[in-house]
Amino acid sequence: MAIRKVCGIETEYGIHVLDGDQNPIAASSVLVNAYAHLVARQQTGWDFEDESPGTDARGYTREGAMPPQIETHLVNTVLTNGARFYVDHAHPEYSSPECGDPLECVRYDRAGEEVLRRAVAAALAQGRRLAVYKNNSDGKGNSYGTHENYLMDREVPFARIVAGITPHFVTRQIFAGAGKVGVETPGTEAVPFQISQRAEFFEEPVGLETTLKRPIVNTRDEPHADAHRYRRLHVIVGDANLADVANFLKVGTTALVLAMIEDAAGPARPLELADPVREIRRVARDPTLATVVDLADGSTATALELQWELLEAGRKYAQERGLECLGPPDVGALVLDRWEEVLAGLEVDPAGLSGQLDWVAKLRLLEGYRDRHGLDWDDDRLAALDLQYHDLRPDRSLFARLPMERLVADEDVATAVTEAPRDTRAWFRGACLTRWPDAVVSANWDSLVFDLGTDPLRRIPMMDPLRGTAEHVEELLRQSADAADLIARLGR
Amino acid sequence: MAERELKKRTTSERTDEAVEDVPAPSAKADKLKAELDDLLDEIDEVLEDNAEEFVRNYVQKGGE
Repeated sequence: MAIRKVCGIETEYGIHVLDGDQNPIAASSVLVNAYAHLVARQQTGWDFEDESPGTDARGYTREGAMPPQIETHLVNTVLTNGARFYVDHAHPEYSSPECGDPLECVRYDRAGEEVLRRAVAAALAQGRRLAVYKNNSDGKGNSYGTHENYLMDREVPFARIVAGITPHFVTRQIFAGAGKVGVETPGTEAVPFQISQRAEFFEEPVGLETTLKRPIVNTRDEPHADAHRYRRLHVIVGDANLADVANFLKVGTTALVLAMIEDAAGPARPLELADPVREIRRVARDPTLATVVDLADGSTATALELQWELLEAGRKYAQERGLECLGPPDVGALVLDRWEEVLAGLEVDPAGLSGQLDWVAKLRLLEGYRDRHGLDWDDDRLAALDLQYHDLRPDRSLFARLPMERLVADEDVATAVTEAPRDTRAWFRGACLTRWPDAVVSANWDSLVFDLGTDPLRRIPMMDPLRGTAEHVEELLRQSADAADLIARLGR
Repeated sequence: MAERELKKRTTSERTDEAVEDVPAPSAKADKLKAELDDLLDEIDEVLEDNAEEFVRNYVQKGGE
């Protein structure tokens, strides 16, 4: 039986300095610090002790591979909703807390947008004019990531994950892509529009890197949990979504396909592609979705046809084994229903999904503006419109002006800005930070460190993402008079 | 070919439902077009004043 697909999304935001110092690292620090002061909490530091992003899931480090560098000098905060908000390279990054299901994942990813909006407003109050963009490229060949994470059973051979998930990663962009004007990688033939921001930046089927020679399946093996039981699949191949339906399906369908892989219950035939890197780029370049890809067995199919096969496998899996791994029953059912609805809609006419999918909404907007003003596709006004689709500032956001369907209400997002998910260990992290901000001196995904005013510091390990939930520890925290009392009770 | 038959049936079921449950496709398309036209009417007030400069200045360092 597949384990619960605890999931989360990390987003690196584009940052634009509108005045003064153009250094993006300094600007990102201003932003994160402005938010930290806004929430008026003692800034809780991030604890790097267990970080090992250079470890490869295949059990070795490839010669010439470049493990990512941890920049410990940059600003880091842990929020009461269990998220991490920090400066990564030259971007502000929000890593959502661990979420128990794909709908929660959408809620906490949207909470991240709200954190960024509040941070921009707080920086402005300090006299710094900054804009942030929830996108993945600057249109000039520089890409920054949106990464998903899924909890997997350590016993599943990594090669099986690669074989099973690659066809989904190549084709899910037909609903999860954020769309963009033009191409930006050297030697790539021009097209007016691509359905994915990220697809053209991928150069390898499998690998450890995230910034060079980006792989479709990333092998970073850093579970942030008990490594004997769990794997955290780190997914770098997705676009940042603003549209709830696209975001929900990106995470929901991936969680479901991973559950099928875990239970060895995939599609009726292997969907292995002859050349995944070639096909992920070709699919991105065709908004008509007519492009036919080559499978390893010599057959051919469109991305949409492969998605139908994955959906049918998912339906069969749900009937035979249930979808408890996707959280509450209504969430699993919603994944299947919306997946089917979107595939059917794409088959009839993608334009009908302009209220659900980012790339479709953006393309319609671009085409409408282009027709009205008689513009060529390389006109700067279309590139500006593309960028401004992702601008989080309410007065500049084009996304905010579109009639997009929401799956999560604004008030539920507002709650998620300060309160952690109840059904993962994020609840324990968030609740301790809320109640005893002065006692928690540092935190990371799998532990909290307390300073009780007596030597030594006390580290509380949280090696299971499914323990430390509200159900497990809410009563314990309620009974604890202070942090020292909590730790004494935990030791009993 | 069982999957393909399943798929086609699934698709046509969805289409039938759509005809019953929501306004006819042309009406829906008209509504969407009207909404888009409204947005296009006001979009120049929202777009950055100097598109060329705005686009040129938006340069990011790679991340991840």
